Amino acid sequence: MTEKPDVFPLSSRILHWLMAPLVLAMLLIGVGMAASVSDRYHLLVSVHKPLGIAILVLIVVRIVNRLLYPPPPLPDTLSPIEKLAAKGSHILLYTLMVALPLIGWGMLSAGSYPVVLFGRFALPAILPQDEMLYGILRPAHTYLAYLLFATVLVHVGAALMHLLIKRDGVFESMATVAVGLPHEPPQAPPIEPLPLADAE
Amino acid sequence: MPDKEVNPPAPRSRLPDLATLMRIALIGIVMLAMLVVFGWVAGWFSPNRLTQAKLMSAFEGIAGIQPGFRHNHAKGVCVSGWFEGNGDGAAISSARVFQIGHVPVIGRFALAGGMPFQPDAKGTVRSMALQFLLPGSAEWRTGMNNIPVFPVNTPEAFYEQLLAGKPDPATGKPDPAAMQSFLASHPETVRAGAILKARQVTAGFSDSTFNSLDAFYFVDANAKRVPVRWSTVPELTTNGPMADAPADGKDALFDALVSHIKAQPLQWHLILTVGAKEDPTDDATLPWPADRQHIDAGLITINAVTSENGGGECTDINFDPLVLPVGIEPSDDPLLGARSSAYAASAALRAEQSKKKAPSAVAVNHD
Repeated sequence: MTEKPDVFPLSSRILHWLMAPLVLAMLLIGVGMAASVSDRYHLLVSVHKPLGIAILVLIVVRIVNRLLYPPPPLPDTLSPIEKLAAKGSHILLYTLMVALPLIGWGMLSAGSYPVVLFGRFALPAILPQDEMLYGILRPAHTYLAYLLFATVLVHVGAALMHLLIKRDGVFESMATVAVGLPHEPPQAPPIEPLPLADAE
Repeated sequence: MPDKEVNPPAPRSRLPDLATLMRIALIGIVMLAMLVVFGWVAGWFSPNRLTQAKLMSAFEGIAGIQPGFRHNHAKGVCVSGWFEGNGDGAAISSARVFQIGHVPVIGRFALAGGMPFQPDAKGTVRSMALQFLLPGSAEWRTGMNNIPVFPVNTPEAFYEQLLAGKPDPATGKPDPAAMQSFLASHPETVRAGAILKARQVTAGFSDSTFNSLDAFYFVDANAKRVPVRWSTVPELTTNGPMADAPADGKDALFDALVSHIKAQPLQWHLILTVGAKEDPTDDATLPWPADRQHIDAGLITINAVTSENGGGECTDINFDPLVLPVGIEPSDDPLLGARSSAYAASAALRAEQSKKKAPSAVAVNHD
């Protein structure tokens, strides 16, 4: 049992829990600045850009990390459809976390905005100045951000389902703090998919 | 929770028991809470919050929907030239634009209002927008008007003023009572209105002085901050009254500007007005005393003019007043954030609508 890699590698867990608040903050900052004409607007925009680039860097590191250290397999108590949903939603999460910063950077380039991260440090344009392109990328940035938030919401809901309903160790495989290599099996024993009585 | 034992496990039932239901409810609450926070930030539950979208529709309420045009200062023409810094501005700002040297400039002259085909009128507020292209990716963008103070000092008042100026569908004219009630609750606008009324309106764009209206902070290399408002003041030896100015017509002011630039480059001094500690930085309706220090930072030369239709470089530029180089920082003026965010919303809309845009009114005959 202990030889089975039932938790995510430490590097994966660190990246996940580092990025989770950043992505949530980013989504809130983005949706907030799009609906604000207050003093906060400028501050939000000034944070949005460097934070987006930080997320872009982190997601690249995370993808490399995932290729080097694959995640543990999902428990067999999950149906094939559930496994497919899990896989699909993770592909969507990763795709959006790559796409949104790139589209943000690209749309600012196409819209002829300087991409200043802080002080004198600015990024080069990654697309030519092009009004039509800006007109496509700017709304795409918004819609994909809403899609990312919806996916994050489902992700949180599914994680809590694993923790509270299925109790199959999937939540713990990411939420374990232990640093040591051999991991104890998840607290709750693997039981039937729908627990009929409360174990506590 | 011991009372859960009351629920006997039903061995063959697929129905979840109470504990499971409570856990499912807990998950639902967490997800709902996240959605509520998101929606709260997005303004779903704050119908009274002033947003970019509301400002856009307020402009559309007056000017109608004009696809592909700026929501304000819709009628305009592109220009370009350069700024020759004389180094004097470097005393108060570390921005490279104030060092001695040559900086390319893209600009736009326009009339206030969301109507891209409005006939030129002498009393309509004129604007000069500039984009200073500094070395590297740094930029300074500014939009200035030929008025000494702004009529309102908050985004909310600006919005209310737009609503009060909205034409009544029945008469086609704004309801005078609406504007009166706006003015009754905005004494600062009444005070600013008196200053605006008393101003001298010059013949055209070429001999107009344009003012930043909002205050900014200039920061020098030692991080010393001073409040600044800036202006572009015409060099009348080059921009003085010109005999060939067309007298009349729908685009008389723009036609005159175009013919002036074609005749000879026009020049403006970039004047930095340094505020004292007691000068308001958060209220664009209030003028600063006339005896404040003025620094002439150099000369802006405008030597080319292109219509927005003819590939004018300004057409797609958002003259966002908060695109600032290191050495210039926003003040606490609440209009700055509102301008920045509203301009961005307008720029996004006109990019989406760019295919549907009608040709701009101001034509430039390229000989």
